[in-house]
Amino acid sequence: MSILVFTLILLLGAFAAGLLGSLTGLGGGVVLIPLLTLIFHVDIRYAIGASLVASIANSSGAAAAYIKEGITNVRIGMFLEIATTTGAIAGAVLAVYTPTHLVAIIFGVVLLFSAAMTVRKKNEHADTQSDNKLAKLMRLNSSYPVKGEIIEYKVKGVPGGYLLMTLAGVVSGLLGIGSGALKVLAMDNVMRIPFKVSTTTSNFMIGVTAAASAVVYLQRGYIDPGIAMPVVLGVLGGAFVGSKLLVKINTKWLRLIFSIVISALAIEMIYNGLMRNL
Amino acid sequence: MKKLFSKTFWQERDVEMFIGQQLRWGVISASVIAFIGGIIYLYSNGKGVPSYTEFTGAPLYVRHLPGILHGVFQLDGMAIIQLGVVVLLATPITRIAFSVLAFAMEKDVLYVIITLIVLSVITFSIFSGFGG
Repeated sequence: MSILVFTLILLLGAFAAGLLGSLTGLGGGVVLIPLLTLIFHVDIRYAIGASLVASIANSSGAAAAYIKEGITNVRIGMFLEIATTTGAIAGAVLAVYTPTHLVAIIFGVVLLFSAAMTVRKKNEHADTQSDNKLAKLMRLNSSYPVKGEIIEYKVKGVPGGYLLMTLAGVVSGLLGIGSGALKVLAMDNVMRIPFKVSTTTSNFMIGVTAAASAVVYLQRGYIDPGIAMPVVLGVLGGAFVGSKLLVKINTKWLRLIFSIVISALAIEMIYNGLMRNL
Repeated sequence: MKKLFSKTFWQERDVEMFIGQQLRWGVISASVIAFIGGIIYLYSNGKGVPSYTEFTGAPLYVRHLPGILHGVFQLDGMAIIQLGVVVLLATPITRIAFSVLAFAMEKDVLYVIITLIVLSVITFSIFSGFGG
């Protein structure tokens, strides 16, 4: 296989990753890393670098669309970014001391968790009763529009959410993914932020978190131009088409099928990690 | 630019639209640069064999900005692609910098500080030398 053929096939693969990532809300990285390592037999370190770049492309592209709707809570995002960026740098440093087969196993476990998160029950309703002092102090409570009505919501579990976000940052820095699933878990289940707000806010944060560790990976040579080029172009194209399709199709079945595929990939990653093939 | 510093511009939440625009331009210019670099890269290396099974790391000169810029001036495909990557990495970081300004205009001191902390964490990561 020549570099030209490799680039073209990778471009198609990245397009599919971006498309599925934006339709399911998981981001491109979770598909990209198994694709690169299991199918193209690319070293997992190159895959991590490529996936980080894809996460930033995906997040910035989608954030430009979401921010207009005014449901992203920029204050929650910014406050929690202190946690995710410090975590991300710690994760990127940790990655040097983590053997690659262990990285593959951890990746598989996070992948299984992400698959479960895509089919879970969502926190649709706003909490209007909570009286969290820290949330008040940090001015995290806000409102968002639902069918033309403005709904107020109150945030709770701020310390727990912050801790979980630090973990999300470490995972993101270690594995090179956006770890959107962990971010949504922290905001949905711990802080009780309504689903629509937590999804867009998580997306807002992914780009910044990934940029914090991507700089370290760039200096370390994990980001190779020959892989980065088709990945950036493919993922962006796929994410763009995905965002246009998203309003037209029902993603319920797609999410279910996707989480089964993801689980299979996860098990294969764990198996290969245990066999020390990766 | 005059519009950027007027009071009403920030109060009317146009600032969010502005940030949205900035993100879109960042992503578009990054992909255009990567595409141009990609054409040059494929033209000169397309017939070679990809070697990513063993990790050797990207060429040394594309791991830091001075090396990348030097390569760009020599129309090196890899360096141009990497410049696109750098623009992409800079996009969310620039967004944070604009948010400092936006919170300052809203006179929200607490969030000016929080945003500055985030910005300094990222700056620390750039200059820490963790990348080795």
